[in-house]
Formats: sequence, C-alpha cells, structure tokens
Amino acid sequence: MSAVISPRALRPTVQAPFDLQRIRKDFPILELTVHGKPLAYLDNAASAQMPRQVLDRLIRYQTREHANVHRAVHTLSETATAAYEGARAKVQRFVNAREEREIVYTRGTTDAINLVMHGYGRAFLGEGDEVVVSQLEHHSNIVPWRMLCAEKGCKLRVIPCDDRGVLLLDEYARLLNARTRLVAVTHVSNALGTVNPMKQMIELAHACGVPVLVDGAQAVPHMPVDVQALDCDFYCFSGHKMCGPTGIGILYGKAEHLDRMQPYQGGGDMILSVTFEKTTYNAIPYKFEAGTPPIAAAVGLGATVDYLSAIGMDNIAAWEHELLAYATEQVGGLPGVRIFGTAPDKAAVLSFEVAGVHPHDVGTILNEEGVAVRTGHHCAQPVMQRFGVPATARASFSFYNTLDEVDQLVAGIRRVQKMFG
Amino acid sequence: MDSKQLYQEVILDHNRKPRNWGKLEDASHRAEGLNPLCGDHIWVTLKVDGDKVEGLAFEGQSCAICKASASMMTTNVKGKTIPEIEQLIREFREMATGRLDVAREPNHLGRLSVFAGVKDLPARVKCAILPWHTLHAAFQRQASISTEGDADPMSLNAENR
Repeated sequence: MSAVISPRALRPTVQAPFDLQRIRKDFPILELTVHGKPLAYLDNAASAQMPRQVLDRLIRYQTREHANVHRAVHTLSETATAAYEGARAKVQRFVNAREEREIVYTRGTTDAINLVMHGYGRAFLGEGDEVVVSQLEHHSNIVPWRMLCAEKGCKLRVIPCDDRGVLLLDEYARLLNARTRLVAVTHVSNALGTVNPMKQMIELAHACGVPVLVDGAQAVPHMPVDVQALDCDFYCFSGHKMCGPTGIGILYGKAEHLDRMQPYQGGGDMILSVTFEKTTYNAIPYKFEAGTPPIAAAVGLGATVDYLSAIGMDNIAAWEHELLAYATEQVGGLPGVRIFGTAPDKAAVLSFEVAGVHPHDVGTILNEEGVAVRTGHHCAQPVMQRFGVPATARASFSFYNTLDEVDQLVAGIRRVQKMFG
Repeated sequence: MDSKQLYQEVILDHNRKPRNWGKLEDASHRAEGLNPLCGDHIWVTLKVDGDKVEGLAFEGQSCAICKASASMMTTNVKGKTIPEIEQLIREFREMATGRLDVAREPNHLGRLSVFAGVKDLPARVKCAILPWHTLHAAFQRQASISTEGDADPMSLNAENR
C-alpha cells in the first residue's frame, strides 16, 4: 500500500532555536482574526508588529517619565532626557557604532537618507559629480538623489542586476570613477529580498575614495548588523520595521562626516536675522535633531532593541531563513506561480505572481483568507521594470511567523487560482 | 464584506472575456487612464455622433475589478447619449464610494450594481472607477487622466473643484 505523504509531513524538521509560541504571545495583534480567519501577517517588510514589552515601555514613559528633553532642570525633564539618551546608547551598541554621537534620531529611513542628501550631498557635490545607486533601490533611495542631481547637475549612475535580482559587481566596479562622490545602496532589497554583499561593495568604493550610504531598512530587523565591521559611512534604518514605533528612525554616520555636514533643518522658532549660535550647531548628533523629537518613539526604539537582542539577531535570522526556505518550496511549487528574486543570499521576502491574475486581486482574495500581503510596486518601480511587471504580490516574514501561516498563504493562493481558473 | 460578493461570476466572466476589447480606428474621442498605485492602465476609444455614443472600445492592463468594470461599462453605455452616460458615471462613482445605496435609492445602474460591494474595499474603489473616469475624460477631450494627485476621483479636492 502506497503511503500518501501530506505536504505537512514534507516540511523540513525545524529545531526552533527559540520558543516561537512564547514569542507570539508577546504580540497582542497576532491574536486577531480577519474575516473569521486567524490573521497571518505577512507584510512585515512594510511594517512589523509591536511586542507587549515595547507597548509597556511606551505606556510607562508616557505615564511616569514624560517631559521635554534637554530643556529643564525639573525631575521629569531629566527622566525623559535620560530615557531618550539611554535609548540612543542602546541603538549604538545594537549596530556597534563607535560612539553614541554617531547615532542621529530621524523620522525614519527616508528622513535619514534625505538628511544625508541635504547635509552632505548639497554641501559637497557639484556639477558633473556622480552618485551611484542600484537597480534594487526603494524610491526613498532614488528620489532624493534625483532631486540632488536636478539641483546640482550631478549624474545618477545605476548598478544593474541579473535575472535573479543579484547586483552585477563587475558593472559596479566599472561605474566607480574619479567623478564618483557617493554610493547609496540598499543592504537588502525590499521588493525581492536580495541581500547585497555590502562589505565587498563598500571596500570597492573606499578603494576609489568614495563614501557609502547603506539603506538598512530591510536588514536591521532581520540580521546582525555591525556598522564598524561593514565600515559604511552612513547607515539608515526605521524603528517600525523592527517591531518598534513609527515616526522614529536612525541615521548612523561616521563622526568625521557628521561633523562637517550642514544641518538639515533649522530648529525651534529661530529668527531669520540671527545666525544660529555655534553651540547649537557644532555638537553632533544634536545639530541634526531640530525641534522637539519624537521622545516616546525613541524610548520605544530602545526597548525594541532590548527585545530583539534578548531573542538574538542570529536566532531571528536563522528562523526567518527556515520560513523563507519552506515558503519558497511551497509557493514556488504551485503551478502557475512565478517567484521574483531568486538570489542565493536572500532575506525572508517572497515576491510572486499568479499567472493570469493581477496582484491586487490576489491580495484582496488572500485577505479574505486572513493573509495580509502587500501588492503593488513596493515603492521600487525600477525593480518592477527590470522584471517587466507592473506589480507583484509580496509575502514578507518576521521571526514571529509560523510554518502554519505559510500553509495558510499557500491555501489562499490555491483559492485564487480556483476562482480565476 | 466577503470577496465572493464582489468577485461574482458576472465580474469574473467579464474579466475572462472582456467585451468590446481593442481600439476603434475611427474614434472621435479617446483617453488614457492610469492608476499608478495599482498599475491599472487602460485606453478608451469611442465614436460619438451628435451626442450619441455609437461605439466604444477599451484595452489595457489591469486587475479583474478594473477590467470587468470597463467591459460592463462598454456594454452599458453604447447607444446612449452623453448626458445619459454622464448621469451613469456620477451614479457609478457615488455607488462605488458608498454615497449611493443602489438597493434603496433610485438609479439607472441596473446590472452595474454588482460593483456595489467595492465600497467596502477602499483600496479597490479606484480600480472600479478608473474606466468611468477615463470615459468622462474622453468626453472632456482630456487625453490622459490619473487616479492620483489633482485628478484623484477619491480626493476631497475633486468635490471642490
């Protein structure tokens, strides 16, 4: 008698290096049902969910510690300042920056990139200078540089990628020349999941004397990142993609760069006829943090870093790798489903297309099955153009996702195919 | 709402076999419609005699909701006058945005009311409206419209212009 092997039995045997069920209990939102189905939240590349530990920290800050920072001598202002600056120190250790003052709070990755465009690009780049980006960039690492090019008469050069979504390093090396002033590249592609060989790319740029900005929005939540080991000049990431609050992000910059950069925004209600006092300007990171910052969000980001560190970024990367392998096998095994992004080194992002069905129809029907995926161009239209599609559906995983949720996704795609068959 | 209510057989059928697909060579009016967020991109061509639409066709790349909406639009407006069609465009838009309850209020939508459920899927409202918006643009001799920016049919500005 022949045995019938269910797909479930074919799963890889996963020895979870951490207690997944306990971790899931940390995330109240994961208990929700959508259309009567358990929520399978697979839109983590857009924004990740927040654990109770961070929620509790936000409430504690707001109920017991809040006042404006760096302002007053009263107790609450000191408590708030300590929490705000304490979070900066946590972030510094998390990405292994040399000094706390190299950690600048921003509104997010986009804001961090714009800060460098204004403070570095507008100050130091001129006509004929070149900025190198890649085919895999999110719009937030293209548009600011296009704006700079339009203003200064600089040129944008683009590192192409192959059919797997892997950047062509030979082409990259050829793009670097005497006019190259900055390389701005994503660590991990948000649309395809490709992990770029950042260390090697940074070495190549530095060999030509070119500084490198890394868009780390999709890397920091999913793998250990060490800015000193990378030797990057700037590294940008967002709180909300790593289970922290929205409205807070980080620009890491080498102190030598930050020191000589122009401030991005004028602070407070300063008067135009008065030059800012030198003391307001010359201390980093504060010269880039004009106005009252999102204090609670910064404190929450500190708690997020503690939470992720307790689980361990290596453990997170290992579990997400299992999820990606299983999802790639199960979704990729469905007839009529094409996966975009097949680089050998990938983060847990699965961009796909169901033959004959527009991604938005896929997304709407998956939602009925409780499965939250992103559909569209993922703010990466050049990636879509490279693969000749207007949009894809994208499942993106976090360490709190389960193999059952992958099965739920697969069942949803089967339903899509049945409806449109 | 359940997507089954929206993805009814009639919509799936028009998606599979769109009616009046293509381009009219002798068109008197034409317009291009783009929904940049989705990537829906359609062209509508029509032949108007006096104020009567004698023929129309559409083609492009779009999701099922947009394609079915366009297909059913073509079958429903052919032979009607521009004022009658403008009335339908208004009613369709009001239905899709939840301002017209087709079950309770008088209207001329008929079978087009299968799209009523789209009002519960805000992200998909523009998909359903795009063909109608494009047809309106063609009447206005406007070459191209987008569902975003100033031309956004969902925008509050659209009401105030």
